[in-house]
Amino acid sequence: MAIATSSISGRVTARKTLIACGVLLFALLGGIGIMALVGSETLPARASVCSLLSFGNSTCGLTSEQFDILFQIRLPRILLAAAVGGSLATAGASYQALLRNPLAEPYLLGISNGAAVGTMIALVFFGANEWSRPTLAFSGALLATFVVYRLARGRAGATPERLILSGVIVTTFLSSVIVFITTLMDATRIRSFTFWLLGDLSGTSKTLLPLTIGIAVLGAVILSLNARSLNLLMLGERDAFDLGVEVGRVRLVVFIVASLLVGSSVAASGSVGYVGLVVPHLARLSLGSDNRISIPAAALGGAIFVMVADTLARTVIAPRELPVGAITALIGAPLFIYLLRRS
Amino acid sequence: MLEASQLSVKYGPNVVVADVTLALQPGEVTAIIGPNGAGKSTLLQTFNGRLKPAAGRVTLDGHALDTLSRQTIARQIAVVAQEAELRFPVTVLEFVLGGRFAWASHTGWGWETARDLQIAEQILNETELLALNNRLMSELSGGERQRAVLARALATEAKYLLLDEPTANLDLSHQAALLYLVRKRCQTEKASALVVTHDVNLASEFADNILAMKNGKAIQYGPPGRVLTANLLHEVFGVSALVDAHPTSGAPRVTPVYQQTG
Repeated sequence: MAIATSSISGRVTARKTLIACGVLLFALLGGIGIMALVGSETLPARASVCSLLSFGNSTCGLTSEQFDILFQIRLPRILLAAAVGGSLATAGASYQALLRNPLAEPYLLGISNGAAVGTMIALVFFGANEWSRPTLAFSGALLATFVVYRLARGRAGATPERLILSGVIVTTFLSSVIVFITTLMDATRIRSFTFWLLGDLSGTSKTLLPLTIGIAVLGAVILSLNARSLNLLMLGERDAFDLGVEVGRVRLVVFIVASLLVGSSVAASGSVGYVGLVVPHLARLSLGSDNRISIPAAALGGAIFVMVADTLARTVIAPRELPVGAITALIGAPLFIYLLRRS
Repeated sequence: MLEASQLSVKYGPNVVVADVTLALQPGEVTAIIGPNGAGKSTLLQTFNGRLKPAAGRVTLDGHALDTLSRQTIARQIAVVAQEAELRFPVTVLEFVLGGRFAWASHTGWGWETARDLQIAEQILNETELLALNNRLMSELSGGERQRAVLARALATEAKYLLLDEPTANLDLSHQAALLYLVRKRCQTEKASALVVTHDVNLASEFADNILAMKNGKAIQYGPPGRVLTANLLHEVFGVSALVDAHPTSGAPRVTPVYQQTG
């Protein structure tokens, strides 16, 4: 059959997806080990790796102080960075396919800001309850998603420019809400809030970490399972409908799951920008537009990206720290300009 | 059978299709002709449930369309529309395999089966796109893209083909080739095609029956010889036309007569 030989590069297969995701997963796990060694306190490499591989059951000769740095401080933060990066990249890749817009991204669409407002309301009014943060962040993200979607949808459907414009409007509106809430706070908290708003992974919460990781994994799986529908939606809503996609259902699933991903990330780490833009774009560039490979690849790639960015954030001017969002934006904004000029 | 009975469609207060009854016969090509704004495309889009009728209903083998799932409908009814603008790079093969979506098992990631690939290969071959299967859709010419859109519709194996101006971007030889493929599908698979077209002579050559529409109403329905008369063309299009027999096929041939005024 001619197609068996000629189609290898024209089509994504289960095999290619498995290989790509396997390589990325290996890089992620390896990266977790390496990043754990990097920091203001130098840990003995061999003993640390040995202890990590034993899942903390053996100290492998680390002092108890070193052991605590590794397992109580660095590892949770690295895992959180990976979960946040995976969540944001997955959400970005799905929004891009669903909204047929390579520039769609949670941060630029104002969805991150929606989640940020939710988180701030939780902190100011329900500060004692830790679960109120992700819950309200999710609600804020979902609300912002629907508002941007409705605003962008003109009579002729949503054009890419209109979508980004709606995102800018919602972002600036929510920014002023954030400023308003900030003024209600006392001066000592303002600095840590400003830091958090720019994306900050230093405040890892023990109870919320498993939730953030769980949502990241579950979200990536659910959205990957809708990838073939998203492939057709990427070509146009009308085509997708004609070919048998339940457009309304898929849209609802993507909106809810992506809002969950953004909400849990923002509640944990503030608004880390541009991850949802940079990573899916690189995934599509290297592996093709088929969402069955680009969504899981973006999830794993996003995890690696934010993990590395956060390691930079906590080491370049150590012992002081940069917000991780500053690093991702430093890489993401020029790429956004490049994409905008190209489209 | 796919049929519409006493179908009316409204856009807001405007009636766009008024009380049209039309059944697609197995093995036959039906063409819809009429001036711009006659409601041709609207009628076509009602036939796969994309637009909801204000009155009347469309039934597929006796079941009203709104009682069937999108998957069931898409396995039976395929659409060739003016293609949407592509914003992501997609290869021709990926594009055509999109036509197999409704046949995928939705329990997993829906990887294409060997049969999906076999069908895609056969149809790419028929539409002269096999050599281009690894190329990006954005690299194709307008005519090649239009053929890819047809190929995707044929890949669904649907019994009913709805085509909206399928020959708009095609040169003369590819116009005929495309309609020949549609005809062939109708004859070999007992499929039915509904074609909206502005090209009255193409409709005359390739359609078994023609529905002439004006202002949302069905004016005349029947074989080309009965519909394409000078009187009817004047009534529907408001132009004078000479109608004679095509020298080789014998089908009615329409030549508009443009009268200069003033």
